[in-house]
Amino acid sequence: MYNGNPLPKTLKGVLLLGFLFLYVPIVSLIIYSFNASKLVTVWGGFSTRWYASLVQNDQIISAVTLSIKIALASATAAVVLGTIAGFVLARFGRFRGSTLFAGMMTAPMVMPEVITGLSMLLLFISMQQFFGQPSERGFFTIWAGHTTLCMAYVAVVVRSRLIEIDKSLEEAAMDLGARPMKIFFLITLPLVSQAIASGFLLSITLSLDDLVTTSFLSGPGATTLPMVIFSKVRLGLNPEINALAAITVLLVGIFVLVANYLMLSAQRNRARAMAAAMRENDAPTPPGNGAGGAVATAP
Amino acid sequence: MTMLRSILERFKPGKGAVISVPYLWLLVFFLVPFLIVLKISFADQDLAIPPFTHLLKYDGDMSTLNIALNLSNFLFIFTNELYLDTYVSSLEVALFTTLACLLIGYPIAYAIARTNPAIRNVLLMLVMLPFWTSFLLRVYAWMGLLQPNGIINNLLMSMGLISEPLEMFHNQFSLYLVMVYAYLPFMILPLYAHLVKMDVTLLEAANDLGARPFKTFWTITLPLSKNGIIAGSMMVFIPAVGEFVIPELVGGPDVLMIGKVLWNEFFDNNNWPMASAVATIMVLFLIVPIALFHRYETRQLEGKNV
Repeated sequence: MYNGNPLPKTLKGVLLLGFLFLYVPIVSLIIYSFNASKLVTVWGGFSTRWYASLVQNDQIISAVTLSIKIALASATAAVVLGTIAGFVLARFGRFRGSTLFAGMMTAPMVMPEVITGLSMLLLFISMQQFFGQPSERGFFTIWAGHTTLCMAYVAVVVRSRLIEIDKSLEEAAMDLGARPMKIFFLITLPLVSQAIASGFLLSITLSLDDLVTTSFLSGPGATTLPMVIFSKVRLGLNPEINALAAITVLLVGIFVLVANYLMLSAQRNRARAMAAAMRENDAPTPPGNGAGGAVATAP
Repeated sequence: MTMLRSILERFKPGKGAVISVPYLWLLVFFLVPFLIVLKISFADQDLAIPPFTHLLKYDGDMSTLNIALNLSNFLFIFTNELYLDTYVSSLEVALFTTLACLLIGYPIAYAIARTNPAIRNVLLMLVMLPFWTSFLLRVYAWMGLLQPNGIINNLLMSMGLISEPLEMFHNQFSLYLVMVYAYLPFMILPLYAHLVKMDVTLLEAANDLGARPFKTFWTITLPLSKNGIIAGSMMVFIPAVGEFVIPELVGGPDVLMIGKVLWNEFFDNNNWPMASAVATIMVLFLIVPIALFHRYETRQLEGKNV
């Protein structure tokens, strides 16, 4: 799409307005988190008192701990299941029931959460009636719900990466007699490791942020961070939540920055390695054709 | 070789095992739950744990199996104007949100795609950042801005532009504004992913042949980005229909949204069969949009343009 020309003024204006719209609310949250006044929106001088009271709030601290535990557990499970699912979708072509499978993979990403939450809760209730398990709602039920939600995202990321990369590496290994398992673990998995990493990060944020599904699936004693935030925010503005939001934005910002940096440097390394491989390989390659060209012309 | 490979692939026993792991998970945790929702929507509310009646009752003495399908939940929804209005208004809110996101998001995605790749990554990151930041906290941010004694009103009044606070909280205005705000990144990202891959030589060819920029956009860029538009629109529309958090926190008491009704039936009225019936009808409304989303998202992934 980029044609070498600088951006026209109108489009620059569009970007400016668009980013103002996206960022004014977030910036205002951060500024007013340093407001000394208890009236969140009336400026009463600079203070960091809400940050201090935030870290002393046991309810919030224990909710954060639970949320992080659930996020790590469900992101791990989602990465395993989602990677397999993405691999199946990208490499296995059609099989009996593949349409249903692909549909069940996409639907959780867009399905309104009140529906997924309610339906999974009713599943656990029915399971309890028939098998006596799970005996209570809490960590396990939330974990299962988040895993189902997150695995769809991991599958999409892994799948689009697998479609991008050349099949010929896997095919070459197959021709040389490597067994499917070996090919998967030695060739496919390293090639998609970055997609898996970003799927893992995405799952963590999704899980940490989920309110609606979690509210349906949680039981007594299992209160996650979004549930605490929601119960407070429902009653009105709360300066502690502003402080919490500022910390969240800061952490997410660092997170996105690092992830972006890693991705860019990996891209550069790949481009460099590819250029080196092309130079070593004396066979003429069509210009602008990436790894595919190099592999195709190899003897 | 290819033939041998296809034969091998067909008879690989491990393949079935690989497929079955995520397949079974999704069947158990995604598909079966819907069938249970459907089943319970035909039950009756009951003072028991769980709070609904059983559909099947086996009478041991008479050796009869009684099936009780309670249709009253559905009859109630279809005859009660409040429920019907709520469905209509949810679809309206979602439709308007989608259109507004498209009108605002398309120029942004287009501008990012047209930017020099070095700056483009920074801009993309700036769209990603709100996308990754908590949805709940982004909604909360607007509560501080829009309230009668909120930041915007205080600012305008201190500047002397208004003498009384503007009413822009807990009404339709705040609902729509925050819906668009919250869902905008969901529109920009798929659109951008599609626009950035577009072949620039096509646009140059149109330009060389004398087409004006607007005509080039209208006859080439826009039709070629159809898949991205549909994928992005569905990504906004479908969850927006069942949105709960935004109408609850910034919508007014007169705001009718079906996600809120479902939540209230479940958590406040403890009427699980009614909540299930509400969910069942909502799924029926959403099946076609979900199928559309699935189709165009797959196309976008596979890089097809038609």
